[in-house]
Amino acid sequence: MKKVLFLMVAFALAAAGSAQKPTTDVSISLPAGFSSTVMAKSLGRARHLAVNSNGDIYVRLERLKNGNGILRLRDKNGDGKIDDTTGFGNYVGTGIALKGGYLYASSNTGVFRYKMNGTEPDVAHPETIVKDLVDRGQHNSKSITLDNAGNLYVNIGAPSNACQGQDRVTGAPGQDPCPLLEIAGGIWQFKADKQNQSYAEGVRYATGIRNVVGLDWNTATNTLFAMQHGRDGLQDYKIFPDSIAVELPAEEMLEVSKAGDNFGWPYCFYNQFEAKKVLNPEYGGDGKKVGRCADVKPPVIGFPGHMAPNGLLFYTGSQFPDRYKNGAFVAFHGSWNRTPLNQKGFFVVFVPFKDGKPSGDWEVFANGFAGKENITSPGQAVYRPCGLAQGPDGSLYVSDDVKGTIWKISYKK
Amino acid sequence: MTKVIFVACLFFPVLLFAQAKKPQPKARAKTGSLTTVSIDRGKTVYSQFCLSCHQADGSGVPNMNPPLIKTKWVLGPKTVLIQQVLKGSQGKVEIDGDTFHNTMPAQAQLTDQQIADVLSFVRNSFGNKASMVTPAEVKVVRAKTK
Ligand code: HEC
Repeated sequence: MKKVLFLMVAFALAAAGSAQKPTTDVSISLPAGFSSTVMAKSLGRARHLAVNSNGDIYVRLERLKNGNGILRLRDKNGDGKIDDTTGFGNYVGTGIALKGGYLYASSNTGVFRYKMNGTEPDVAHPETIVKDLVDRGQHNSKSITLDNAGNLYVNIGAPSNACQGQDRVTGAPGQDPCPLLEIAGGIWQFKADKQNQSYAEGVRYATGIRNVVGLDWNTATNTLFAMQHGRDGLQDYKIFPDSIAVELPAEEMLEVSKAGDNFGWPYCFYNQFEAKKVLNPEYGGDGKKVGRCADVKPPVIGFPGHMAPNGLLFYTGSQFPDRYKNGAFVAFHGSWNRTPLNQKGFFVVFVPFKDGKPSGDWEVFANGFAGKENITSPGQAVYRPCGLAQGPDGSLYVSDDVKGTIWKISYKK
Repeated sequence: MTKVIFVACLFFPVLLFAQAKKPQPKARAKTGSLTTVSIDRGKTVYSQFCLSCHQADGSGVPNMNPPLIKTKWVLGPKTVLIQQVLKGSQGKVEIDGDTFHNTMPAQAQLTDQQIADVLSFVRNSFGNKASMVTPAEVKVVRAKTK
């Protein structure tokens, strides 16, 4: 024991002595056969990302870096490290996507696009595709994805927790009907190539969704999938014991199979232990009553509560083993309100799919981003996964928005 | 054994760091004094009404809920601080260029004593050191805030 102590002290001193050097990187763990490299670091608040057919990485920033909100990273000499970085777009945001010869990027109120001239976006001439969407701070990020039929999908998060008259005041009744659902709390569909659209030109494609950050068009099912961030503060109603309360409500993977699908927010929450939607306490719920929630659409999967799924990607590449094909990767940002228990979910998970449905339980795919076990407060996490993208060779890219790190994950037989 | 050492080496610096960040309970010369009692009660109020957002160590949640560590609200004029609890706010706070997405709900349902206790606790935890807040001060601000 003495020896252990001695070593610990020696190590601590050594660590203190080398404080000038950049801290050695937290290494992430992956299943056998997979490996990761850090492509870039210290980019700032790196949210979603997209990888072009030539390997260029476009990163969307939530805070401007040198006046830029979009970064283009290039590996010119092909050594696996970024050696050429430029930036453009003097607005912050989360969403970014490449489709049909254009780069789409969202602000917190709309969507712009840039024509790709070869491998270079025409940064001087952004077109405003969508504008004037609601931004009241809370849940204001607009995530985007596109289908193969010329449509653009934009999440408009509800600026609220449970649509109470007084937001987040425990016991304050919910507004009924919830007026926010007219302008938010859902996913809107727009034309991908039409300029200056707003609510009047868009279609409320899915409703009853509190907030989504990760969404993706699944080309195998030809449907939209989205990851809902469930409500906060259910614990405060003391209708479940702590150990269960912290897991509720589920973070939901939703499939929108037809325009108009309704997932029940703010009236309902999903209890994954009982596999059903039940009434929220702000709308007369006691944890058991179902009421109007019998008619809303349940999720495809319910993940443990509060883990904050920020990235979703259906894998279409051929580099990874067969079982990954058409399955879903989900980047969880990690929780902040699971007290009194530890926080969790600073990882990327995989869900195998077969015939358009999950074919097994979700499993942790990439872990260790937080840099330590037993995180009690999210500020302790070294990295937090946020965005996912697939490269032209089938590699998986993961972004972190604490420091702005980009990992590339590859597989070798 | 080797494993223990290895793990210990890995985590010890982190532990040290975490230790340093833990709220340092105020040196209590007069244990049981009114001051200590109020701060202790304040801790309970904090756990129930503030902790989920501002966190056990007062560090907040990046981009969502601000820290309560040496901010101008925590250490500044008590009237502003008391009002923050009575009225809540959204989109008003900026700390070192960061703004916060969440809403702080009004906590006017708390009694004058509870608000005095919780603010005294906050002003003397997480590395903060400032004077106590009294129920009388809360009462005055509440009367003006209506
Ligand atoms: C639902 C989450 C939530 C709860 C519960 C909450 N706060 Fe806050 N608090 C916030 C947010 C978000 C802000 C920033 C609001 C803004 O930007 O206008 C804030 C701001 C503050 C500030 C001023 C800014 C700073 O960091 O110094 C103080 C002081 C404060 N809260 C104290 C408290 C106390 C004391 C309680 C418990 C009685 C409490 N809060 C409960 C979310 C919360």
